[in-house]
Amino acid sequence: MYQYDELDQAFVDQRVAEFRDQTRRHLAGELSEEEFRPLRLRNGLYLQRHAPMLRIAIPYGLLSARQLRALAAITRRYDRGYGHFTTRQNLQLNWPRLAEVPDILAELAAVQMHAIQTSGNCVRNVTADHLAGIAPDEIADPRPYCEIIRQWATQHPEFTYLPRKFKIAVTGAATDRAASEVHDIGLQLRRGADGALGFTVRVGGGLGRAPVIGQVIREFLPETELLAYLEAILRIYNRHGRRDNLNKARIKVLVKSLGAARFRELVEEEWTIGRAHAAQLTTADVARVQRHFRPPPYRALAELALPPEASPRFRAWHRYNTLAHRVPGYRAVFVCLKAHGGVPGDMTAEQMEALAGLAERHSFGLIRATHTQNLLLADVPQADLPALWAALERLGLATPNIGTLTDLIACPGLDFCSLANAGTLEVARQIHERFDDFDYLYDVGEIELKMSGCMNACGHHHVGHIGILGVDKHGEEWYQITLGGSARGITALGEVIGPSVPKRAVAATLERILETYRALRDPDEPFIETVRRVGVQPFRERAYALHPAAA
Amino acid sequence: MRYILRQREIQPDHWHYLGESHAPASALIVPGAELRREPERWWAWSGRLGASLTPIEQIEDLQPHLRRLDLVAVSFPVFGDGRGFTQLRLLRQRYAFAGELRATGAGVTPELAHLLVRCGVDAFEVARPEQGRALARACERYDVAYQPGAPAVPVRLQRFRLPA
Ligand code: SF4
Repeated sequence: MYQYDELDQAFVDQRVAEFRDQTRRHLAGELSEEEFRPLRLRNGLYLQRHAPMLRIAIPYGLLSARQLRALAAITRRYDRGYGHFTTRQNLQLNWPRLAEVPDILAELAAVQMHAIQTSGNCVRNVTADHLAGIAPDEIADPRPYCEIIRQWATQHPEFTYLPRKFKIAVTGAATDRAASEVHDIGLQLRRGADGALGFTVRVGGGLGRAPVIGQVIREFLPETELLAYLEAILRIYNRHGRRDNLNKARIKVLVKSLGAARFRELVEEEWTIGRAHAAQLTTADVARVQRHFRPPPYRALAELALPPEASPRFRAWHRYNTLAHRVPGYRAVFVCLKAHGGVPGDMTAEQMEALAGLAERHSFGLIRATHTQNLLLADVPQADLPALWAALERLGLATPNIGTLTDLIACPGLDFCSLANAGTLEVARQIHERFDDFDYLYDVGEIELKMSGCMNACGHHHVGHIGILGVDKHGEEWYQITLGGSARGITALGEVIGPSVPKRAVAATLERILETYRALRDPDEPFIETVRRVGVQPFRERAYALHPAAA
Repeated sequence: MRYILRQREIQPDHWHYLGESHAPASALIVPGAELRREPERWWAWSGRLGASLTPIEQIEDLQPHLRRLDLVAVSFPVFGDGRGFTQLRLLRQRYAFAGELRATGAGVTPELAHLLVRCGVDAFEVARPEQGRALARACERYDVAYQPGAPAVPVRLQRFRLPA
């Protein structure tokens, strides 16, 4: 994993000192809330419904055991002993005290972490495939490029006050697991004709209001042109992106208004002229960062079959919560943060500390945050699985539901977020309760359910196989349901199936949707395939059949 | 009275904006649009000439006049509008403008100071000397940077470089 050098460490330390000074001036009344706001946002600090919220970056989702322990200690000392993992590989603290945030940031800096640019109108945490480095279909590891982009974007002198937030994802595999097509810039690693590495560059994807899939503006960008090309895109955006209307300020609106062809022309022209004065990425720069992402020292192990005496619960966990690995004798293990009845993505300090130990014992001391609000131990010897499973079971981190309906994604909603229309966490509980029968869950199989508490779509509902969006109708919470979205492999936006339903009817409506699927599916056909084959109409007809109250 | 922070020193500003005073000025800053409207007049004028830019102006429009200018004032009327940063870099790097680049406007706060310097600013316009002192202190906050500065602002450690 990447280790800070003198520059990285000096930078985060100086940033902490700067923020300490800003916070002091704010608390002393020298900086008004209006003046302080953009400064705290660029350090990850929001003011939420009940308290400040601090969003800590986990660059491309990778954490060491030491860092996870430090996070646990921070949640104990400064918060309420738990943290919340988000869909963008960040960790949120819901109850920090403003005056103590500089101390939290100092403790993060001591373990090579930060909360820089996790909010505000700047380049945000760069995300990657959570299977980076172990995926069998990988062309190249995306993480070194994410780290390079992280450094380049950190306090960029020209691009730190953009029209709006800016999200970049990098995927290195044939199957996109980083939702790169719904990012402001999505980079897909590929090999050119001569075998050299480069990127396919997509621009203008995004969820939120007016969701849209990014358009390819360059089929192949040589690796060493990465930063020069990013500068060209950001410069065009910084100059021409709208600043008069917050809802029209994302780059997707600019790409749409100019047309992808014209936007591409502008970028290519800017790149051609601008590269002489843009940060250069040399092969030596790339190699220097790549050295930090060498595969761990795997042992030569044989593939193991499941022992015949394995319990049904272990078998279920093995089947749903572990993944094939490209190195023989190893598997990747999901650490499930979706225990039924819990808050999706929440983890206690005790769990973090115990998991840090398990990672050291079984997976080279590294932990990954996934886009589905779970964690992953990427490199576990198969012989260790029973012991690891037993330990995760004891910690409540082994609910065997990964990839099923109850492995749902939900934004914090009304419980914490001041923009929310809807109590997403309560709906999540409702769903967990109704679908608590694992035989039923396994029968309906692989389904991605994603839920957002408002149009901002932090829960990525547009790209859920089933999407749920909280809407406000005359002060009441209602829920709109979409079907057919997807961000993995094929990117597609879901289609609304009909009028929204009241809160108490969400789980029942879901059940009717699932019953429709069970009636219509071909043998072994996953939910999303059935939706793609038959369309939304049959679901629409039946989801509301018994539900005239919906209006 | 207006002050200018230049190379860590705070001095009264000797430049005037067009229309600011009736006394004959020897150093005058005119709006970019005015310069484009009456180029002959301003090129022929005998004093030192500067141009001011608002965030919406395209740097390419000013480019033909850069040879005549000793100064460009880039304005940041509100905090958070980052277009001026691009204007600055284009002026310093692409068009190799060697005169004074000053940052003006209510949006110029200490938090932006070192970003502005790295984009090519070498003077800050302030209403009060203590604002200048706060900006000067803020410029010292970072002695490392990932990106190359314009044209070459030295830092103790820097990651990426310009192409050779
Ligand atoms: S989707 Fe809306 S409610 Fe949910 S976290 Fe985002 S802004 Fe808040």
